[in-house]
Amino acid sequence: MSELSEMFFQECDELLEGLVKSLGEIESGSADDETVNSMFRAVHSIKGGAGAFGLTAVVSFAHVFENVLDDVRSKKLAIDDNVVALFFMASDQLTDLIDACKSDGEAAAEANEKLVEELSDLHSSVNRDVAPELEEEISFQPMALDLGLDLAEPNAGPAEGQKEFEITFAPRLALYEAGHEPALLIRTLQDMGELSVTADLSSVGTASLDANAEAWIVWHLHLKPDAGVDESTIREVFEFVEGLCRLDIETSDTAAFSGALPDMEALSGLPDLPPAVLPGLEAAPEAAAETPQPPQSELQSSAQIKKKAAPVNNTIRVDLERVDRLINLVGELVISEAMLRQSMSGTDHERRNSVDDAMSQLRQLSGMLQEGVMAIRAQPVRGLFQRMSRIVRETAKEAGKSAQLVTIGDSTEVDKTVTERLVEPLTHMIRNAVDHGLEAPEARLAAGKPEKGFVTLEAMHRSGRVIITLSDDGAGINRPKVRAIAESKDLVRPGEDLSDADIDNLLFRPGFSTATEVSNLSGRGVGMDVVRNEIQSLGGRVSISSTPGVGTKMTISLPLTLAVLEGMVVIVEGEALVVPTLALRETLQPGQAQIHEFCENDRALSINGQLIPVSDLGSALGYRKHLTDLSKQVLLMIEGDAGQRAAIAVDKIVDQREVVIKGLEQNYMSIPGISAATILGDGNIALIVDTDQMFSTQAPEASELSVSSGPRRHYDNAGTEHHV
Amino acid sequence: MKRKVLAIDDSRTMRGMLSAALTAAGFDVDLAEDGIEGLEALDRSRPDLVITDINMPRLDGFGLIEGARQRENCTGLPILVLSTESGESMKQRARQAGATGWIVKPFDEEKLVQVINRLIA
Repeated sequence: MSELSEMFFQECDELLEGLVKSLGEIESGSADDETVNSMFRAVHSIKGGAGAFGLTAVVSFAHVFENVLDDVRSKKLAIDDNVVALFFMASDQLTDLIDACKSDGEAAAEANEKLVEELSDLHSSVNRDVAPELEEEISFQPMALDLGLDLAEPNAGPAEGQKEFEITFAPRLALYEAGHEPALLIRTLQDMGELSVTADLSSVGTASLDANAEAWIVWHLHLKPDAGVDESTIREVFEFVEGLCRLDIETSDTAAFSGALPDMEALSGLPDLPPAVLPGLEAAPEAAAETPQPPQSELQSSAQIKKKAAPVNNTIRVDLERVDRLINLVGELVISEAMLRQSMSGTDHERRNSVDDAMSQLRQLSGMLQEGVMAIRAQPVRGLFQRMSRIVRETAKEAGKSAQLVTIGDSTEVDKTVTERLVEPLTHMIRNAVDHGLEAPEARLAAGKPEKGFVTLEAMHRSGRVIITLSDDGAGINRPKVRAIAESKDLVRPGEDLSDADIDNLLFRPGFSTATEVSNLSGRGVGMDVVRNEIQSLGGRVSISSTPGVGTKMTISLPLTLAVLEGMVVIVEGEALVVPTLALRETLQPGQAQIHEFCENDRALSINGQLIPVSDLGSALGYRKHLTDLSKQVLLMIEGDAGQRAAIAVDKIVDQREVVIKGLEQNYMSIPGISAATILGDGNIALIVDTDQMFSTQAPEASELSVSSGPRRHYDNAGTEHHV
Repeated sequence: MKRKVLAIDDSRTMRGMLSAALTAAGFDVDLAEDGIEGLEALDRSRPDLVITDINMPRLDGFGLIEGARQRENCTGLPILVLSTESGESMKQRARQAGATGWIVKPFDEEKLVQVINRLIA
């Protein structure tokens, strides 16, 4: 069952996602009839599935929700803004209920009574004139069988003094055609008491073959019922053949029956023939079933496959672990391909020509294979974005603002891990945007803006990366205020010369929070610095820009995948290291003149009149104690998110290539200055340098990094010292 | 020969449950995601019994039943409706369309199998 319940929850997620999407369409006016239909079906499916798993809280809430959706579907209820808002709340509620079930297995969350009431009121307000259908009341006992095949509970035994029944059951031909089987109905009656059956075959061969004509056999049944069986119970048995037969039920007292019943006498006068089947009718389904099916030609089966593929999203669900294993293997393949290439490069000329072709083909194939496998992990950001629309609604409500989320490019695909780990930072950013970014409604109106503020989330692919921008049409960053706060918190020196961008970036500094009082919305004890750290840990960057009066825009740039990285292979003290090209701006062969040496180990590079600190990678990572002559080294200029620059000195550059990332933390430990490792073509392991930890501009005493005894100590961007 | 049951439901979970229950009970199970696919499946081969949901995209259960009843190879084919709905008007519609029976979701696995066995064993 656990596999099925997992399947159910997955499906719920999708259905809820669809639900919110449909609501968004209604909100934006692009909805049609099918939109509401699909919403109804989504809630209906959730109800059905939840019922199967005994999630009663979900069932009853879904039922109330579904009723109102049905009203909309049947055009009894017109959709206005209030209804949409209510539906949004209802789908949020449904999400919460299901989430509660996910974690508990048992519904812990209780439906918001006020919401249930509002939905119920809405439903009854448009259904006042309609007599309620009693059957609509849901009762989820396992299986109510309205089939005429109801499986009666074990007999309670014949009841004394109860009425007995005389039943005449005359099926029409249509009954057989609809797949009914009198014998089954009769057998069901058998479970209800003592039953005697007589078949009246007197009209065999006389009736016409019209579907509405009575078939040739008429059944006379006498039932001495068990306790609790009454006429309605019997009628229920025949419920589904109503209109397909003639059914007469007459009662007689048990006492009276002890005497001779006229009915019975009449019955006994009938020809005593064994119950027979009508060859042309009852046997029909059997015959058809037994007919050998035509052998499926290849053509047919391929058509079948085509049909399967067309209507729905053609997806399979695969355990993530399997995909990851595959990705790992492909990574290994790419590595061994590189190893092979390297070892081949030394062999004879003649041999090489023939091998070369094969090699380049292998390289191309393994590259394509790698790309293909990586794509498996890719997921559209739609789900992530839709979760955010809820954050916008909730935050706006709490903050007393009016806001709407607009999403663009939500089919953009990103690695699944990335979308998952973006939830928190993005949530925080959205809260900030609504809470701090958007003005209060009055202020907006005063500024000549619409009362409702817009928060836009946009995703796109740009040069091998995913760019997610979050913009609001609020007041923009209040720079004087930000500056004042930063000064009061000693983040900057009073009067320090700061550009607008510098001030905007102060928001990302640890310990900064613009909210003078911590609201329970955006200020949840975490600042934008945490947001940035989280995004950086995904190999991403975040930047901010703002125009006073127009709004604020945050840009997140992320790698498409977390499994490979474009890096530059360098040599330091004979060791190969990889520097991610992401942070790399340029490489320099420094002439002595450009280098300034301040004290023994503190060097800076002068470029365009700017002084850029130089750190020697070899000593920073503990490969050597003394600095090498810079003129014999190569400098890699790296740039951080805030535009801060640093130069890393390495001994030699080998080349630039894609490397497969192998995490160290799982098997070893987190090493400052090193983000991961990779295996190079020659089979050697190379560590991947964490360039973010090479910046020193923000850390007053950061020059220590270059003289420290090695990776035992490092600094994060803020200059906080960590001992390992 | 194994009896074949065609189960039509737009919910993946429900299809999964039906498939698991019916396969375990020794039936051959064919699955379809909506009425259109259901009719396509009927055209490919005649099952011994059909279980269908009502609320489905493209073509709902009523449409499926009507479509099936118009097909010559489906005469006498038992079609059970499996739905969370239990309203009289819905049942009435199903009856008119030509349903053989109505089972209210959620279903009890054992009983469902018993019912099917009674119909087609």
